[in-house]
This record gives sequence, structure tokens and C-alpha cells, in this order.
Amino acid sequence: MTTPQPALPARPPAFLPNWPARLAWLALIAYSLYAASILDVTWERFLTGIDNGIRFIGRMLPPDTSASKLQLLAKGLYESIEMAIIASALGIMLSLPIGLLAARNLMPPWVTWPMRLGIALCRSFHQVIIAIIFVKAVGFGALAGILALTVASIGFIGKLFAEAIEEISLKQVEAIRATGAPFMSVIAYGVLPQVLTRFVGFATYQVDSNLRNSTMVGIVGAGGIGGTMFAAFQRFDFDFLLTILLAIIAVIMVSEMLQNQIKKLYQ
Amino acid sequence: MAGTPPAARTPATIEVRGLTKEYRRGIPVLRGISIAFPDRGITAVIGPSGTGKSTLIRCINRLVEPTSGEILFHGADLTKLSRKALREQRRRIGMVFQEYNLVERLTVMENVLSGRLGYLSPWKAFLRRYPPEDIAMAWELLDTVGLTPFANQRADALSGGQRQRVGIARAVMQQPDILLADEPTSSLDPKTSVEIMELLESITDTRHIPVIVNIHNVPLAKRFASHVIGMAGGAIVYEGAPGGLSDEHLNQIYGGENWQE
Amino acid sequence: MTTAGTGTVREWQRYTRRERLARFALYFGIVLACVVSLRTVQIIPEFLYDAPEQVADLLRRMWPIEWRYYPKGVHDALIETLHIATLGTVLAIIMALPLGMLAANNVTPNAGLNYFAKLLLVSSRSVNSLVWALLFVAIFGPGALAGTMAIAFRSIGFVGKLFSEALEEARPGPIEALRSCGAPWPSVFVKGYWPQVEPAFWGIALFRWDISVRESAVLGLVGAGGIGMAIDSAMNLFQWDRVALMLVVIFAVVLIAEVIVTAIRKRII
Repeated sequence: MTTPQPALPARPPAFLPNWPARLAWLALIAYSLYAASILDVTWERFLTGIDNGIRFIGRMLPPDTSASKLQLLAKGLYESIEMAIIASALGIMLSLPIGLLAARNLMPPWVTWPMRLGIALCRSFHQVIIAIIFVKAVGFGALAGILALTVASIGFIGKLFAEAIEEISLKQVEAIRATGAPFMSVIAYGVLPQVLTRFVGFATYQVDSNLRNSTMVGIVGAGGIGGTMFAAFQRFDFDFLLTILLAIIAVIMVSEMLQNQIKKLYQ
Repeated sequence: MAGTPPAARTPATIEVRGLTKEYRRGIPVLRGISIAFPDRGITAVIGPSGTGKSTLIRCINRLVEPTSGEILFHGADLTKLSRKALREQRRRIGMVFQEYNLVERLTVMENVLSGRLGYLSPWKAFLRRYPPEDIAMAWELLDTVGLTPFANQRADALSGGQRQRVGIARAVMQQPDILLADEPTSSLDPKTSVEIMELLESITDTRHIPVIVNIHNVPLAKRFASHVIGMAGGAIVYEGAPGGLSDEHLNQIYGGENWQE
Repeated sequence: MTTAGTGTVREWQRYTRRERLARFALYFGIVLACVVSLRTVQIIPEFLYDAPEQVADLLRRMWPIEWRYYPKGVHDALIETLHIATLGTVLAIIMALPLGMLAANNVTPNAGLNYFAKLLLVSSRSVNSLVWALLFVAIFGPGALAGTMAIAFRSIGFVGKLFSEALEEARPGPIEALRSCGAPWPSVFVKGYWPQVEPAFWGIALFRWDISVRESAVLGLVGAGGIGMAIDSAMNLFQWDRVALMLVVIFAVVLIAEVIVTAIRKRII
């Protein structure tokens, strides 16, 4: 006993296929395959690589912990940490005024443009390249590394700090200005409280980054454990290489823990 | 002020002459305003939005730069002052804002103390080394506005009404000769608005500081002001006691009967 | 005008005693570290005085830039660099997704797995891409494969960490709702977590790609392919004008990459 039902109006499908997204995915996959072929990333190379890799790991283990090597390690590590500390301190101290001067809501264009240009230059080049230039300029050793890391710090902290300042609420600044406060007090009371936590965040991130990169600039001769590591590599001293790597990872982990503590202090 | 012999007239605390402001060329928001503000009590500036009330108030301490005209503070023209001299004069003009404009991450006490920043060297200010008299005055002001228990709380933990009290305390902390208030109650609920106006009233009565308030709530203005200035279209169309503010005046100011609640 | 009554002087301090001690200890520690470092690090003054002249010499040798070298020596290396960066980032994303999920304590309640995943991520980040490149050159031999793997392994830590943080910040509401109606775990992830973190994820991926382009350029210095190898050979031959060309090219490419990233970001996020 069925009565004929009136036909339901045709409705659009509930989930439309997202053609742009699908095309993008396809393009990505296609590109990956293409790039892999260009780079000669073939399966057999990969397999040989795995084979080599296992052998390599075998040569690295067990790590070399002889006293003379440990002394070398400690010396190099110590130099790296010093470089990171000095470069971070310099970089942070310089970034504070540079970032303030680069903020377009605080300063006139004839001040902000040169500052922003300077910051951009500091950021454009990889630290290794900057390190190479400094090695040419001031010779091998820690000074080149410190300068290179300082430049990198200014580029990073300066940019983010300037952007943070440009995002503040100017109403608070206006109120402090209305009390007749001098310019530096306006900065101290109106601007800094709004951006200080973020600045500390950038600063601690950069200290960590400098610590990691201090190992790298050594590879091109700018001091620190990188030099020790590169030498070990070239001498095929792979078990010492592993010791160095493990030490670096350990140092960085410790520094990360310290960082978290400091951030909590400033909350 | 007709009939007062010129020799006996002391200069009004604030007097503006021919004040004009154009945010865009040829479109004046303030059209040559000339008025001497009273030296006592609360003066309410009323008028619809966009008529230049806020611009007028902000021109007085040059937070907005006037296009032309004079602003006389104790007889001296503020528009001619250098930045440093302007700062010194601003110390004597307190300001309360519609959105409180407290430094949210600082504590209530730090916000109140920031009223003295015009008198402290930046280094000491940064280190928070205020002279003991300032700290004593700050505590006293916190008592006056009833926020003593909140002294060490961050400003953004307070309600709107409480924040405005802090703003008022900050302004009074400057020991100013005059208090400007730019729509101090517009962000507050009716009950809190009355409380804030009562606070301003008690400050002007006990400390003898004239208050110029920019307000769009007419009943509130009538209730608390001793002097009313009505603006329409960038010019002053009424000046006098609140009692004299008739419906006709209000219609002229607000253009129609829609202002009535 | 009421007074406080007893006439005692009320004081005010910005920080509690504990806070002040802690802050002082921090400053002291920082200053101490700096002073100790400055004393023991070796700076040879003669080199310092010589520096301006050295820099001037370098700049003189770099100018004029040898533009003609580009098609022959630079272009292919540049393209190779870009492939290294992109493919490396793609590989990293593939590997970082599961690791990030393992490390997020709301997606994976098992604390042991969290810790393990976080350990892997930290290790990946602690080792520089240049050092990874050294390792992979030893394993796969010099060339672009080593470079790609280096970029991939370095990026896993970066992408994985930020991804797990984004996951941990996801609102629990939609997840609860899906679980309570009996959805299996993969569905909970795809429909509950993923939509919330997707914009952040693509932002992270783009950010990492941008950084990888920069890093791929120098991997060649240790033999891992790309324009770095060209720079290395030019430097060894003291052909600073060619080095200058390559630096300018890298600068331009990095700039273009940033522009592309900003444009894509605006459309996705």
C-alpha cells in the first residue's frame, strides 16, 4: 500500500571535492618524484647508502672516551660555549636599541629604513658564509665566530623585536606621553612592558641557536668544537666523532632546560 | 564673562582662541573655537559623535595637533612650545581616557606612580626608585579611589570601573592644575558610570582641580556638571549652566528628538 | 582628606624578596659567564687591527662581479640547491608528522613514547644541517643525495617540535565530542585534530622550507651538493668575484623564496 512519493528535489552533494587542494597535492607528489630523479636519488643508491650507513655506525660505536680525546673535546666545547655566550650578550645588547629604532610606529622613516636594511642584511646570509668572511677579515679563531654569531643574533632578534613593537597598543603609550614623561620613560613604561616577555623569548631562542651554530662555524675555521669535529672527520676518527656529537647534543639539552627555567622567571 | 573689569580677571587655567582642526584639507572638525574654561567644578562638553568634542579635549594637551589657533594654559600659548617645554606643561594637565589606557602588564601601583613620570629621571623611573613622598601620595590616592587591596595586581586583572579609577588616580597623581577626561564613562555600565562621575566630583570639590569632561550621556552631564558646553558641527552652540539647557538647545545640538532616552 | 590613621609610612616594592634574589642571581650569572668567557677566549690583537684592510682587500677582489659565469657554473648548481631544499623538506614533513603526533601528550598519552619522540626531535635539532651533511657525505658519498638527507633529518626536529606544540594547544572540545560518539582513533585525528592544526602546520612547513633554502646553499661546502660546492671551489681558487656572484644569487633566491612564502601564507592562513 504505497503511495507514490513526490520526487525529492536534487540536492548538491554534502562534501564538494576541493579541486585546488587536490591539484596542489598532485603537483607536490609529481614534483617530489621529478626532483628525486634529477638528484639521482635512486633506490639502489639508497640501499647502498643504508649499507654504508650501518657500517659507518659500526665504526662510530663505541664512542672514543680516552683521556686525551676528552681533553680535546672539553677544550673545543668550552670555546664554543664561550663564543655563544659572548655573541649572545653582544647581540642581545645591540638588538634592543636597534629593534627600537627600527619600529615604524615609534621612529620616523629616515631612522627606520636604514635600521631595517641593516637587519635584513644581517639575516640574508647564512652564518657560515658570514663566518667565512669574518675569518678572512680577522683571521682564524674564536673572534671570527663571535662576530659571525653576533651578526646573526642581531638579524634575528632585531627583526622580531621590531615587529613585536609594531604590534603594541599605542593607547598605553599615549597615556604615558600625556603625563609629560620624557621619551625614555615613555619607552620604559609604555613600550617595554608590552614586549618584554616576547623579547626574552627571542633572546633565549637566540642563545640556544648560537650554541648550536657555534659548533658549525668551527668547520670553516671560526673557532670552537666545529674545528675539532671537522678534523676528526677528515682523519676518519669516527668514534671520536660520535663522542663529540653526543657531547654537543647533551650540552644543547642542558641549555634548553635552563632556558625553560628562565622563561618561567620572567612570566 | 561680560561685565568683569579686565584688571580683576586672572587668566583662566585653559582658554582656547580660534582653535581650528582639519584632519583633512578643507573639512574642519573644529571651526575656530574660542572659549575660556571655568576654573572650578566639572565642565561637561556634550554633543553628538563626530562633532569634535574629543578633538577639542585632545587639542588642549596637544595629543592632537591643532591646525591653527591658540591654546592658553595659564596665559602661555601651548601651540608655540618646543617638545621639551610642552612636556613640562603636560605634567600639569592630567588626562583620563575612555579606554583607561593603563599599561596592562604593570601593576596598579606602577600605573598610579606613572603619573609622576614627568618629574622623575628616566633611569630612576626604570628602576622604580620613586621618592617616598610620591609613594605616600600614591597610597593615599589608592585609598581615595578605594583600590588599596589591588595595589600589586596587574592592571589587566581589574574590571572596567576599577581600571578607570586607576586612570583617575594616575591623573591626580600628577597634582595637575586641570583634569581632562575624554569620554571617561563611555565604556562603562550605567551604575559604574555614575560612580566614576561621583569620584570626579569629589576630586574637584576636595582638591579644587577643574575638570573638563567630554560626555555624550546628557542626563549624567546635567547631574554632575556645574557648567555645560554644547557643540554641534564643530562649533559651540551653548555655554552655560546645566539648568539652562532646554530641550530646544538639545534639539539644536543633537539634531532632532532622538537623544531623549 | 583621610589619613591612614597611625601615621606609619607605607612602602612599596616592585618585586618580592624572593623575586629580587632570583633576578639578581640571574643577572649575576650572566655577567659572570660573560666575564669568564671574555678572559679565556683568545683574540689576537694583530688580526683585529688588520681587519679593515683585509675586508677592503676582499671587497676589492669581489668587484666587479663576474656575471658571465652564471650560466655555466652557477645556474645548474642553483637549481640543484632548490631541489635539495624542497625534497628535503617534503621528506622531513613525512617523517615529522608521526613523530610530532607521538610527542604530543594529548595525542599520545603514553609518557614513555612522548619522551622518546621528544628525544629524537631534540637530537635532530641539536645537530647542525652542516654536520648532518658531513655524516651523510660519509654514508652516501658526496652529492645531492647527502644534502637532501641532511636537510630532511635536520628539519624533522624543527617541524616535529612545532607540530607537537600546535597539537598540544588544540582545543579538547571537538576531540571529546568525536570520541564520545565512538569514532575510531584515525578519524578522531583526521577530523578532530587535523582541522585545528592544519593552518599552523602549513605555516611551519613553509617557514622551514624558507630556512632550508638558505641552508642548502652552504651544504656544498662540505660536499653535499648544490651551489655550496661551486662556492667552495671558487674560494679555493681565490676567485672572489665568482664567489660574489654566487652570494648575490643566493641573496636573490632567498628574497624570492620569502616573497613566495608570504604570498602562499596569505592565501592559506
